Amino acid sequence: MQWHLIFNISKTLLLARLRQSVIAAVGVTFGITMFITLVSFMTGLNKLLDGLILNRTPHIRLYNEIKPSENQPVNLSLDYADHINMIRSVKPKERPLEIYNSQAIMRSLKEDDRVLGVAPKITAQVFFNVGAIDLNGIINGIDVLVEDQLFYFGDYVTKGNLRDLQTVNNSIILGKGAAEKMLVDIGDVIQVTTARGERLSLKVVGIFQLGIADVDNVQSYASIQTTQKLLGESNNYITDIHIKLKNLDLAPAMAPEYKKLYGTDAIDLQTFNAQFETGTSIRNIITYAVSITLLIVAGFGIYNILNMMIYEKMDSIAILKATGFSGKDVKWIFISISLIIGISGGTFGLIFGYIFSSIINQIPFETAALPTVKTFPINFNVFYYLIGIVFALITTYVAGFFPAKKASQVDPVEIIRGK
Amino acid sequence: MEKLILETNKINKYFHDPVTNQVLKEVSFSMKQREFVSVVGKSGCGKSTLLYILSTMDTEYEGDLILDGVSMQGKSDEELSRVRNEKIGFVFQFHYLLPEFSVLQNVMMPGLKLAKHSAQEVESNAIDRLKSLGIDHLAAKRASQISGGEKQRVAIARALINNPLIIMGDEPTGNLDHKNSDIVFDIFHQLAEETGQSLLIVTHDHDFASRTDRIIEMDDGRIVNH
Repeated sequence: MQWHLIFNISKTLLLARLRQSVIAAVGVTFGITMFITLVSFMTGLNKLLDGLILNRTPHIRLYNEIKPSENQPVNLSLDYADHINMIRSVKPKERPLEIYNSQAIMRSLKEDDRVLGVAPKITAQVFFNVGAIDLNGIINGIDVLVEDQLFYFGDYVTKGNLRDLQTVNNSIILGKGAAEKMLVDIGDVIQVTTARGERLSLKVVGIFQLGIADVDNVQSYASIQTTQKLLGESNNYITDIHIKLKNLDLAPAMAPEYKKLYGTDAIDLQTFNAQFETGTSIRNIITYAVSITLLIVAGFGIYNILNMMIYEKMDSIAILKATGFSGKDVKWIFISISLIIGISGGTFGLIFGYIFSSIINQIPFETAALPTVKTFPINFNVFYYLIGIVFALITTYVAGFFPAKKASQVDPVEIIRGK
Repeated sequence: MEKLILETNKINKYFHDPVTNQVLKEVSFSMKQREFVSVVGKSGCGKSTLLYILSTMDTEYEGDLILDGVSMQGKSDEELSRVRNEKIGFVFQFHYLLPEFSVLQNVMMPGLKLAKHSAQEVESNAIDRLKSLGIDHLAAKRASQISGGEKQRVAIARALINNPLIIMGDEPTGNLDHKNSDIVFDIFHQLAEETGQSLLIVTHDHDFASRTDRIIEMDDGRIVNH
């Protein structure tokens, strides 16, 4: 094949019908622009919404749950092994929420290649004393640096500074709802009573907003040390270990492994947040369906224009064939016309798609639920641009293929004789 | 004894639409190098049909066609294209230039396709051809912008670009006035004399035919006189 010659012929035929060719290319441009814009916007939104759940949620959580023993003593006894043991009214056993040997567990977790990071946590039930009223609350004791690094807690602290939690003794960061209820602001001191009756004064150093009312009204954060002091526990008392993995998909398989290995309860993200993937995949399906529809419409445009061109160019096709161009050459002339339309239209589509998504990225989008988001989220990902141009090439190739095949089968004798 | 350029052996051709009809009946003849042959006959006697078979564009026939010592039977589309490109030059009644291209590009096209010479060589060959036909001043013009007589000369230049063994014409003067017909005839005559190319011209024009070396007369699908 002499690609250079074929390409030149295609180019001349295209330029001779410039307006039609431009219209065909604009169809492709429109399709690709919409694809890029839609997919960037949709996946940006997906990432944001997933992040809402994923950012603040450990992939695997190790904890001790209060529940009845699975193995009652009678079941363990060899004497009654071949009996059917019926025990009624089994009650949960009092057992400490503390994770035993937590320091060693965390050390061994950090050595696991699959693990990105490990954050210790203490959960304490407290009352916030406001005048004569006690408000229910939960204080989460956290390792400030690790929590920010792994779970982006800093992003959600809307007022004050997260780092103060570590540097200021007896400090607390309150949820926005709780702070409003108590009428406190940064610098104020609040009274806290634990479930066991111990009282402590804590200074408010920040206010966070997760955008989930249940959390913002009840939860608050303090450093691990402050919480241990509040509970009167030693400095290795930890009730939860939060694990973030390098690959989220491994979580369901790893949770039972850790459960067995460390003798604690373990739960993975997928199990307690089963719904979060459904929304993502449905939004993706919609995006791709709309984009493919647009491209197919553009493809029909190209198909029509090429078909017309072939009818107009019957004489030229006949003469090319009579002077020694084979059917294959003629086919490639028309396919390359189609591909030129596809490549140029697609490239402009990518450029316009980038421009449009950049514009959307500037549109203000402020919502109480998402304190860190100021504009519409856009996911700029080279991968989608790659898909876009491949889409454009495939549709234009297919749209060009059938007219080109028809052109290759034109019988020159019939055309020349028919005159 | 000069070399045989073209030979046919009992070519039969049928049209099946609307009813089966035999248009060529056992056509056998041969052509030597340097021969200037014209084919005459009434409309519908099959002379154009024969020409299309000889040109390898029509492949639905019985019998054998031998071009330059090689049988055309069972050759693929690709191979036949190559034969047309290299060995046959074509001039039609209607000029059939590619209207989007310039005169020069039209002439160069089969040469570029053959790719035996570089693009520069093909271009200078094409300009030489145009010069020898007296139309080199038209080289840069669009093919759609020149007159009928000029178009026919451009078509001849194109037919000559690859130095074909044989030039075939289907009523090449049929659409031209007397003056232009004469010019075309003179060009053909000159070609046969000077470059040793064979010419096979289908024509209605008895005046034209009478001046060629040999006349093949056809009637009702048969060669009646040659």
